[in-house]
Order: sequence, then structure tokens, then C-alpha cells
Amino acid sequence: MTKVNEAVAIDHGLKKEEFSKICDLLKRTPNLTELAIFSAMWNEHCSYKSSRKHLKKLHTKGKQVIQGPGENAGVIDIGDDDAIVFKIESHNHPSFIEPYQGAATGVGGIMRDVFTMGARPIANLNSIHFGSPQHKKTKNLLRGVVKGIGGYGNCIGVPTIAGQTTFDDSYNGNILVNAMTLGLVNKNKIFYSKAVGLDKPVIYVGSKTGRDGIHGASMASATFDDKIEEKKPTVQVGDPFTEKLLLEACLELMNDSSIIAIQDMGAAGLTSSSVEMASKGNLGIELDLTKVPCREKNMTPYEIMLSESQERMLIILENGKEDQAKKIFDKWNLDFAVIGKTTNSKKIKLIFNDTNVAEIPINLLAEKAPEYDRKWKKTKLPQKIKFNKDDFKTLSLSDCLKKILSNPNISEKKWIWDQYDHTVMGDTIQKPGGDAGVIRVHGTKKAVAASVDSSASYCYSHPLSGGKQVVCESWRNLISVGAKPIAITNCLNFGNPEKEKNMGEFVECVEGITEASKYLNFPVVSGNVSFYNETKDKGIKPTPAIGGVGLIKDYKNMLSMEFKSIGNIVYIIGKTEGHLDQSIFAKDILNEKKGPPPSINLFNEKNIGETILSLIQKKLVVSCHDISLGGILTAVSKMCIKGNKGIKINKLKGLTNKYEYFFGEDQARYVVEINSDNIQSVVEILKKNSIHFDDFGIIQDKTVSFDSDINLPIEELSDVHKYWLREYMNN
Amino acid sequence: MKSSVIIFPGSNCDRDMDVALKKFGFKNTMVWHNDLSIPKSDLIVLPGGFSYGDYLRCGSIASKSKIIKSVIDFANSGGLVLGICNGFQILTETGLLPGILQQNKYLNFICKNVFVKIKNKKNKYFKGIKKDILELHIAHNEGNFFCTKNELKILEDNDQIAVTYCNSEGLENEENNPNGAIKNIAGIFNKNNNVLGMMPHPERMIDQYLSGEDGSLFFENLLGNLR
Repeated sequence: MTKVNEAVAIDHGLKKEEFSKICDLLKRTPNLTELAIFSAMWNEHCSYKSSRKHLKKLHTKGKQVIQGPGENAGVIDIGDDDAIVFKIESHNHPSFIEPYQGAATGVGGIMRDVFTMGARPIANLNSIHFGSPQHKKTKNLLRGVVKGIGGYGNCIGVPTIAGQTTFDDSYNGNILVNAMTLGLVNKNKIFYSKAVGLDKPVIYVGSKTGRDGIHGASMASATFDDKIEEKKPTVQVGDPFTEKLLLEACLELMNDSSIIAIQDMGAAGLTSSSVEMASKGNLGIELDLTKVPCREKNMTPYEIMLSESQERMLIILENGKEDQAKKIFDKWNLDFAVIGKTTNSKKIKLIFNDTNVAEIPINLLAEKAPEYDRKWKKTKLPQKIKFNKDDFKTLSLSDCLKKILSNPNISEKKWIWDQYDHTVMGDTIQKPGGDAGVIRVHGTKKAVAASVDSSASYCYSHPLSGGKQVVCESWRNLISVGAKPIAITNCLNFGNPEKEKNMGEFVECVEGITEASKYLNFPVVSGNVSFYNETKDKGIKPTPAIGGVGLIKDYKNMLSMEFKSIGNIVYIIGKTEGHLDQSIFAKDILNEKKGPPPSINLFNEKNIGETILSLIQKKLVVSCHDISLGGILTAVSKMCIKGNKGIKINKLKGLTNKYEYFFGEDQARYVVEINSDNIQSVVEILKKNSIHFDDFGIIQDKTVSFDSDINLPIEELSDVHKYWLREYMNN
Repeated sequence: MKSSVIIFPGSNCDRDMDVALKKFGFKNTMVWHNDLSIPKSDLIVLPGGFSYGDYLRCGSIASKSKIIKSVIDFANSGGLVLGICNGFQILTETGLLPGILQQNKYLNFICKNVFVKIKNKKNKYFKGIKKDILELHIAHNEGNFFCTKNELKILEDNDQIAVTYCNSEGLENEENNPNGAIKNIAGIFNKNNNVLGMMPHPERMIDQYLSGEDGSLFFENLLGNLR
């Protein structure tokens, strides 16, 4: 066996000081297997050593929160004993190295996190980010990631109901793949990962252990260089069929009371699952690695402990329940092996061929793992750009609109979601392409809405505002479909935390997220941090992705964004100042990438959001869409395209510049469609709540018209909006 | 009326089918692939999904499962057997239906609404159905039906083509063929019209809040014809 020294430790991703800390804590030099276990538990991915200090500040409590961060997933109460289990997780590094398997196993991993808690997965979402469309790798990465997400989710039979895809140069060397899953569980039958009781059997179930994914978690805790091809073996290989069996078998076993604790083997496989369960229960654990079902011959304890083979679970059972449990796993043709027991030693002890191969006090791997207070730099709010409005005179509104509708970040993503089964399980009542995906809670009147959002440009320009903005956008997307926002999960994708700028982006985004989620009473219940999204010194833009979940009490009250009837009146709710800095218009038309993001007024967000929700519940509006990227005209055009209706836009009042008005990206705004009979009631409610609104236009047949500036058939707008991605992928 | 839905490991539309059958009045039983017999039924359904992971070839391992002999015996004695999506693939693998389902022409999984034209109403499935064109939903990676010229001639001569992809007006052309299936075929019968395999999922179109309601029409009509 290799002799362990500092160089070996550095090879395992540990720092010099960390290695000497390990030797001090152990009062000896670890052997290679022990070193591997330390490296797996102390890396960024598992230990959250750079982020922990700041994550403590997140707002995580609320009346409906059953379980906040710290478990396999968060849990919220949706009434009548029903609870939703949900979480988002990154699989960025593996997806860049091997897009199909990386994305597929990302989906598999997050679904396991959810059904580990006893919940049946009912919806998947994803947030995926690629480099510039012109970059040579982008097309293949996109194709591979979409196929991987579909390949896994479609096979399991869980609908993929919503998502987000963006393109930006900063992802050229580091794509982002974030997968989110929602599950449904009876709130009295939730399973946790805390081990309880001595001498309880520790059971290994699922697939056999192979040599795939070894060092996966360490790989995800480092930046990339030229040699990424060599890292392919660190990517896990997924088998959705086995996961489907594992899902059914686990849920069947969960019907009775034989499980004490259960944890999936995700990052750092058997190591992190066994250590976490023992650590949470303040117990020890003893494993005989000879008993672990292996796929390949002559696997060493080192390999067994570090393998990230997929579709495996670790269960602590009640004594005497082994035979009954084994029967269930036999029925589903899955491996089932008693591999150890809980002990009172507070150590993890590993035995292989009757020899003691590792013995480490659990607390050294968990509580004693390093926590860093990294240096960080505040980002100053950039100066507002003074746009020369004379320049606008050479522009054409129609051309600008068409260009924006076909922008890669705005254009329709049907090419993607057609490849995801979004209707299996028979409860999808709002499909991808809307503000949020909506699924019914099977057999009830209730429905759950979910969306995933991020705004990397805003976060890059000013992380504090960006952090707030993403939370608000998630809140608005849920409200737009008529759902009361309940809680969020966050996937924090950032560059290298050892760099002050990147660390500062993280700290300030978290601060922004916290401020908004506290104000809106929209707590964070789960999440994940992905640092080191950096290749050869070039990091990504800070990209916190927020997955929001909301409840619709009666699914018949769900709203969708397409315009419904000719003759209905369209209002813009919320004030438009015409903020162009960081907008798609500024970047795409004026080629101006500087300036601050739109500012966030949390009072307005809350007041307007709650008012819109009450208008929807009172059935006073028949369609609704929040205004985000691309501003008012983009939002309204999308509603026209989806509803195959036109709109006659009223003349603008006052001195507002039309480009600022139509394309500005001010926050806290919605477009609503109102039947003329209800105008008076709507106006009364808006006035009572001191909310600004513009009488924007009237729905007409198939043409978008405004003054002499715009006169565009819907078909033309629809074509430019739908064309880009399809053509890009087919050429 | 009694129905049975067979669950193979990897089936994932079994529950949806159970919900649909019960909604329209069938007394449905779920039957496990390792069982040897099927309870007395008026209809057996092979549901969609990825039976046995679709390893080897879609449906091929399921066609060798323990339960399948009972399904074949039931079909050969004239019983109604309906295979949806993966169920259709299994039926071709058992030989109860001719042809095979290849990977979609454009090599992608497709999930969307499609229109299909009913080509033969002289059977328990479509007799008396009020529409000629149904809007149904497809979700598959291997739905590209293919068979030999000879097999196709037999299918046509015997009126065994059940449904074909078309547009809302009934036009069957390449543009309205989502997966490249020969002659736009979306579903076929066996010779006696008691076995039906089709790619579209009627069970996903059973109320106005889902993708549509033409699935309801299909199940109501089928139940009416069995009574």
C-alpha cells in the first residue's frame, strides 16, 4: 500500500495544512484508506468548508417548514397531512466532462435524495447553462445534457415540468447542470438519516459497487485545466432502470416501521453516507467491506469507500427485520447485504478480510472538518449608464422586438422540453414553457407549482441586488400561475472561493437571497453549493439558481400566460421607470454590457405579488405573466404567441421614451388580461393597495400593433421566437 | 367489466392506466410479471414504460417474462389485449403483432400531442366512436414502426392498420409523422382485431385539465362495446 505523506495528501486534494491537521487530530499518520476518507469528507463538496459560515445566515424557518437544510432534502407542509419534499443539486463538473452521464446521474442523484425521505417523486425541473452558442463545444454539450436528463427522468417515469436554459460566454469552460425534484409524502411518514440505537444492522441495497466515480466529489471540488479528458473515469454511470426498482423497493419497505434511518450514497458514496448517519445519531459505525456487493473483482477498501457507483442506499434497520426487508429487495431483483452495525464507539471502523483497515473518530470527519472564513471583496454598485437617446432614433421597434424574441436566452426552448416526458403520471396541468410547471397532488383538489430561475448577469454586475432579484423572480413566477409561494431551494454555482472576488460574489448573493426570502416569508429549505466552476483561471458569472415551490388550493384556479379572448383588456401592473442597464436590449441591441441591474423594492414586490394573487383567486384576471428579461414588449409578445392572439397597444402617456418603456427590465411587474366587465373591480383593488398600473392595450386578432411603429402578424413573431434553437440544433 | 394491467419491472404508466380504467368504470387488477396467471378479465393491458430497462431491445425481455404466456393464450382465445407504447413494443416482440418499433427518425425522445386517424372501426376498440380523428399524446424514443413489404401488404389487405399519424384535418403526410413510422402507422391490430398495439397514450388524455379529452372518448367507447 502506498505510504501516506504530504505529497499523497495533496494528490487527494487536501491542502498541506489540512494534512497536518489530520495527523494532529489522529495523533498519527493515516493509512491510505483513512486518508481517502478524510479527503472525501473534507473536500468542499461534502464539507461546505468555505460556505458554511455564510449559509448559517440563510432564512430557513417558516410556519409551513417541516424540515429545513441539513437533511437529504427540505420538506414543507401543504395541508391535509400532505407534504412536499424538494431540493436542487448541481452536477456541473461531471456534465462538462461527460454530458450525457453527468446530467443523467445528476437527475438520478436528486431523485434519490427525495425518495430517501419516503416521498414519491412527482416532478423534475432543471436549470442548465451553456457557453456561447458559437463556442465549439456548446452544441454537443447541450445535446448530451438534454439527452441525459431525458434519458434518466423519462425512464423512471417522473415528468419534467419546467426548466431554464441560458447561454453565456462565462460558461464556455464550465457548463452548469442543476437538477431539482419534488416528491409527495404523508407528513407523518417522513424518513430521516439520523441513526438511532446500538447494534442495529446496517444494510446496503441497490446496485453493486464498481470503480466508477472514484474521487468524484474531489473532482467537483477543484478547477479544471487542460487535462479534463483524464478525469472521465471520475464521472459516474447511471442506470435509471435500477433506480426505478430501487425507488419502488424503498417505498414498499417504508410502508412498515422497519427503517430507523436511510441515506442515499451520493457524493463520496459509502464514506459520506455512513459517516453522516453515524454523526447525526452521535454513534459509531462498523462496516465489513468484504460484504459489500461489488461489480468488479479485487476491489480494495480504498476503492469501495470512494466509489460513486449510482443507485445505492444505506439503511439502518430495526433488529429482526432483515428477512422481511430482504424479501422486498429480492422481489425487485436488487442486492441486499447486511454490511455492519451501529456501535457506541463514535468511530467509523472498517474491516476487510478480517483485518482492521481504518478507524477514525466520526467527529474528526464531521464537526472537526475545516471551516474557513475566506477573505472576500464587496462589489460596488456600478454607475448607471447615460444612454444617448438620440441613438435610439435610428432603431426600429419592430426589428428590436424580433431580435430580442430570437435571442438565445429568450427564444422558445421547445426543442428541449419535447425530449422530456412531461405528462407521465397524468397530473401535469401546466407544461414547460409557462411561468411555472404545475402538477396536481394526485387524487386531491390541490396542485403544486414549481419554477427554477437565475439571473447571472444581474448577479455578476451587483451580487447583492442579483441575489434579491432571483428570489423575487421565483416568487413572481409562482404567483403568475395562481400559486401561493411557500419555500425555495437554492443551488449556489460560483467560481473559486479562494479568490476574493468570487468569494465576495458568493457572500453577497447569499446576503441578497436571505434579505428577500426573509421579507417575502419565502424560506430556503434545502440546497447545495458548487464552487470551483473555473477553467484555467476563468470563472463563471455567479449563478445562484432558485427553485421555488408554491401551492394552488384548487387546481381549477390555476392560470396560464397565453392571451385568452379578443376584446379583453391588458394592464401592466407595477411601475415602469425604463431601467435599461443590464437588459437584453442594452446588451443585444446597444452592445452595452455595463451598468447596475434593476433595483429591487421588496415592499413593492410583496404588495404587488399578494394583490395579483388575490385578483387571480377572485377570478378577476384570465391570464398573467411576470415581466422579466426583455421587458414589457417581450412578455406581451410571448402571451400573444402562446394564445395566437394579437394586441392593439395604446399610445404611451407622458414623456417616457418608448424603448425604455417597452424593453426596460424594472422589477415587480406583471402583465394581466382582464375581461372588460371586471375592469372596475380590478382598478378598485389596485387603487386600494396603491399599486401603479398602465392601461396597455386590447386583445385583437393575430396582429401586434402600436401606433405607426409596430404592425406585426403573430405568425411572424412566432416564427422568430421558435426558430432559433431548432435551427441551431439541426445545423 | 374487468381489466388487468401487467406490471413489469420498469413499467411506469401502470398507475396512469389503472387510474384511467377505473375512472371509466373498469374493475381493474394489477398483475405482477412474475405471476403465472391473470385473473378473469375482459381486457388485458400492457402499459407504457421501460420494461426491464428496455435493455437488449425495447420489449424483448418482457416478451420472455413468466406472465407473458398467459397473455398470449388469452389473446389467442380471442381476449382483448391492448398494448400502449412499451406495451406495443412488447406485443411485436411476442409475435402477437407483426413488425418492429425502431428508434425515432430524428433520434430524439418525443413528448407531444399528435393527431391520429382511426382507420378501422369494425372492432371492439373503435366501433361506434364519435370521432374519426383523435388528439392523443405520444412520449417515446422508439416509436418508428417498420415492417417488411409483405407484412405491410397483409396489414393493409386485412384492414389491420388501426391508427395513423395525421394533422387535425386528417392529412397523413411526412410533416405529420413524428417518428418516421412506415405509412404513418401509429397502431395496428392482429388479424382478428382483438389485439391492439399503439404508441399514443389515451390514458394521458382523460380530463380537460390534462393535454385533452380524446382519451376519455376512447375508454368510454371501449367500455360501451364490452357491455
